[in-house]
Amino acid sequence: MVSVTDRGGGERCVLASTPHEQPMNEPGPPHTIWLKRNHSETTETKKRAGQMDFLRPASWEEALAAKAEHPTAVPIAGGTDVMVEINFDHRRPEYLLDLNRVGDLYEWEVGEETVRLGASVPYTRIMEHLRPELPGLALASHTVASPQIRNRGGVGGNLGTASPAGDAHPALLAAGARVEAESVRGSRLIPIDDFYTGVKRNALAPDELIRAVHIDKADGPQQYSKVGTRNAMVIAVCAFGLALHPTTRTVRTGIGSAAPTPVRARAAEEFLNAELDEGGFWDNGRIITPSVAKQFAELCSAACNPIDDVRGTASYRRHAVGVMARRTLMWTWESYRGTAARTEGVA
Amino acid sequence: MRVTFTVNGRPQEADDVWEGESLLYVLRERLGLPGSKNACEQGECGSCTVRLDGVPVCACLVAAGQVEGRDVVTVEGLADFAKQRAEHGGCASGACGTADAAEGTPLDEARRWAARGTDSQAGEGTELSPIQQAFIDAGAVQCGFCTPGLLVAADEMLERHPNPTDADIREALSGNLCRCTGYEKIMDAVRLAAARQSEGV
Repeated sequence: MVSVTDRGGGERCVLASTPHEQPMNEPGPPHTIWLKRNHSETTETKKRAGQMDFLRPASWEEALAAKAEHPTAVPIAGGTDVMVEINFDHRRPEYLLDLNRVGDLYEWEVGEETVRLGASVPYTRIMEHLRPELPGLALASHTVASPQIRNRGGVGGNLGTASPAGDAHPALLAAGARVEAESVRGSRLIPIDDFYTGVKRNALAPDELIRAVHIDKADGPQQYSKVGTRNAMVIAVCAFGLALHPTTRTVRTGIGSAAPTPVRARAAEEFLNAELDEGGFWDNGRIITPSVAKQFAELCSAACNPIDDVRGTASYRRHAVGVMARRTLMWTWESYRGTAARTEGVA
Repeated sequence: MRVTFTVNGRPQEADDVWEGESLLYVLRERLGLPGSKNACEQGECGSCTVRLDGVPVCACLVAAGQVEGRDVVTVEGLADFAKQRAEHGGCASGACGTADAAEGTPLDEARRWAARGTDSQAGEGTELSPIQQAFIDAGAVQCGFCTPGLLVAADEMLERHPNPTDADIREALSGNLCRCTGYEKIMDAVRLAAARQSEGV
């Protein structure tokens, strides 16, 4: 069964759904707790009460210690994924690990070449403060759900959930990012290309928490595009991120919601890099040959491995990814050439 | 567990809170403040929008334990919140350190809150925030279920954008669904509130 009410946060991506899962868009009160007026007296609630612990570390060190002691603890920051699962009784973790009091997670540092973005920095902040450094991620952040959700949710949650539909992923893949994961055993940087390991699976060890994401500062134009049924409160049917990297003369891509994990269109990147190099495009700034753009788009489509679901068919997704690939390439390239002032993406 | 936090300017305590419970459940079922509506429980509809430390959030997606020691404003306290803001030059969240025990909306008063009056005179004799009055005057309330969330979201938008464009309004309210689809009247109401605000009425 699949959800049509999921958003860009991607907490219940259809790719991860199992046949026995309850539909999300059923009318009426979704679970029993609201129906029990004398909640504190019911055995139901007592049973629940015994089933969950709420851990509230006051610092990052305490959070790591708690995660080491309780590896099954579910970290909760913005709560925009986790609370949905709890509200609908789809998940009943033994421990909730509240990260709201860990102030470090809400900070970011703009360095010489990279931005170290705290895992819980809300999308609203990224849109407001990091647009020049991280244009692709800022555009992606703007497509996440609604203002209320963007005020709470952050990139750490997107990565932790690792839904193929998470809005941040294509932008992170295109920009080039490293996930700073830490446990009491130590800290490590996981390249974004190695981070997504399966449908809602990531490379984190059970005792690890996401501390921050290191994202290369934009050295050229970046774009992000997302297909959905409306411009707000919508989970991606599919999404595409593209970044031009003039310093290395490369193009990087990211595809969302069109494969079991967020993926790069590597063959398309290699083809385009070679064509741009061969034709001297980076130097002469000529318009990209339509046949090159077309083949790039086709290769991006071919990088998809989508499924049919309520949001769209596999063939629609392949087609849409191709269209978005061509458009984002045109937008960024026009911007690179300096002949157009197009900086806004479209959803 | 016990959760202690500030609601509408007054310290409150909720006991026997289940660890997986939402802020929305605590507000409605434990503190008796049903103004924030429960609809989708997945952050989709915005009916439960409240201010958490001044920031609009969906109360259904905030774990109760996460509000410990923090400041929440619900629609029941909106009139007082707007009044404080007007008196303190733009800050009513208490973040400026102006909140004291005499301010805020007491729980029993908030529980009794009602838009008194009859027919089209709803709201008469009750102190309303400018945005609430504008919703009444513009006829922006149909079934009323989405109204509390819209009021909280719109009020916060007007705090940030005193002279909003239509695009600002649409974006700020994009997380609030009205199933009566009364969006045009809602737009009118927010424009009206903005116009009155800029006239200093």
